[in-house]
Amino acid sequence: MVHACQSGHPGGSLGCTDFLVALYFDAMKRKEGFDMKGKDEDVFYLSNGHISPVFYSVLAHAGYFDKSELATFRKLNSRLQGHPTTHEHLPGVRIASGSLGQGMSVAIGHAVGKKLNKDKNLVFTLHGDGELQEGQNWEAIMYASHNKVDNLIATIDYNGQQIDGPTSKVLSLGNLKTKFEAFDWKVLEVEKGNDMEEILKVLDEAKSLTGQGQPICILLKTGMGHGVDYMMGSHAWHGKAPNDEQLAKALDQLEETLGDY
Amino acid sequence: MIEKNLLYFLTTINRQPSTKNHTMKKYTYTEKKDTRSGFGAGLAELADKNPDVVGLCADLIGSLKMEKFIEKAPERFFQIGIAEANMIGIAAGLAIEGKIPFTGTFANFSTGRVYDQIRQSVAYSDKNVKICASHAGLTLGEDGATHQILEDIGLLKMLPGMTVINTCDYNQTKAATIAIADYEGPVYLRFGRPVIPVFTDENQTFEIGKAWMVNEGKDVTIIATGHLVWEAIKAGEILEEQGIDAEIINIHTIKPLDAEAILKSVKKTGCVVTAEEHNRLGGLGDSVAQLLITEYLAPQEYVAVNDSFGESGTPDQLMEKYGLTANDIVEAAKKVMKRK
Repeated sequence: MVHACQSGHPGGSLGCTDFLVALYFDAMKRKEGFDMKGKDEDVFYLSNGHISPVFYSVLAHAGYFDKSELATFRKLNSRLQGHPTTHEHLPGVRIASGSLGQGMSVAIGHAVGKKLNKDKNLVFTLHGDGELQEGQNWEAIMYASHNKVDNLIATIDYNGQQIDGPTSKVLSLGNLKTKFEAFDWKVLEVEKGNDMEEILKVLDEAKSLTGQGQPICILLKTGMGHGVDYMMGSHAWHGKAPNDEQLAKALDQLEETLGDY
Repeated sequence: MIEKNLLYFLTTINRQPSTKNHTMKKYTYTEKKDTRSGFGAGLAELADKNPDVVGLCADLIGSLKMEKFIEKAPERFFQIGIAEANMIGIAAGLAIEGKIPFTGTFANFSTGRVYDQIRQSVAYSDKNVKICASHAGLTLGEDGATHQILEDIGLLKMLPGMTVINTCDYNQTKAATIAIADYEGPVYLRFGRPVIPVFTDENQTFEIGKAWMVNEGKDVTIIATGHLVWEAIKAGEILEEQGIDAEIINIHTIKPLDAEAILKSVKKTGCVVTAEEHNRLGGLGDSVAQLLITEYLAPQEYVAVNDSFGESGTPDQLMEKYGLTANDIVEAAKKVMKRK
């Protein structure tokens, strides 16, 4: 997808593939077809909208729209916009994201709405770690614990990278675990964030902790560009498209999952 | 009341004969109330009428007059704290879930402060959120320019799909608050702090996007919004005493603009004065100007803040100093008539 239009964000997308697959194909209770209101089902919000390639790929494989539409990513008149939006009514998307730091708030709105309706289902979110530099996140994080939004499971793609370099160099996040705990959240950590077994385990654990008065945060340590050796471990592939030669090399390594991208 | 009628009679018998065959419609008031109380009353009524309506506030319940709503529907109210960006996002999420969220804070915090949040999470995401903004404009008063937003109509009208409404009195604000709950799409509802005359019909039906003909006339069109509508009425009375027959139109909905009503009027009178409690850049005046320049050329004068920040002062002092009074509208009307 990213290669075809020579623009997009492959690094973060690859890092979160396992997590999103686990969510949509195992952890989330989902209805057949797309209901914007998400009534009587779990819902997911992608806050770091730039990893739209993997999001669209997972949505397509989950049946929200035809896989053939993936080829239109970022092209003119496509429903698969560069960053996700509801504007073209792409099934599976509930909010536009791309400008960072807004998804947590929206997810909280949906979560408290579910509680008003006595809907016991859950709200899942995904955020970039660099994204947590945006202040609005912390407004939301304060709100969630103060108001016991305990049907919310927020996952941080903890890859330690951002556009201008490692997060530790640009603007250190410090100790994210103690930060979230100081804000009165329950925190779960996953060292191997690209290991499907570990991901499934932590999602199960997170679900078992809901409804106990605290929102839950999963710190998912992932590798940016996971699965493609020249993309791994570097911030350089945050927003760069592979050329023909690089694409061929990447597909050689992980043909099954990378075919879409 | 009697003195005013006597004075009017005395002035008319000495006046030059007028070609007009009708007098200006009379507007009176028996009480003064703040438009924000109209919002509070409308929202309280919605608590009973519409179970999907929910309220959000950023630590300004008293100022936004949301107490009654909270009393009636405490489980449908969300205190966000001093975190307006979060408030906009939460409102979007509630809208997705099927609720009709009404956010409440000062107009500056409702717009400039959270522009990207409104743009991405509400406007671009097509969410049915009602952004209700109090203390708009200079009449916020002594708090001064940090709080006196004069750019908000401009900011919000430039968002595709956003409806922008600025109401003129308690009754109109109450009616508008109730009307927007039944309207599908994001809305910016702007009102103010000070108590002002209540002069519109208590039982009015508020029609979003429709101009209200305040007074028919033929010499000049005065288009006013918000607090300037009462000033426009006073201006109309002064102009009448000077033999000028002003057509006064209330445009409460700056977007979508009632182009048909405006053009019909301007074709009749040949000149326009626009009046708003806003920067002359980007507000009602510019919306009207854009319409005229593309559809029907006619001279226009602006009564608006001349691209300046406000300052501390009483509402009346500020309206005077920054040129937003009935007298300013009168002068603008006489000036624009000379340009015909």
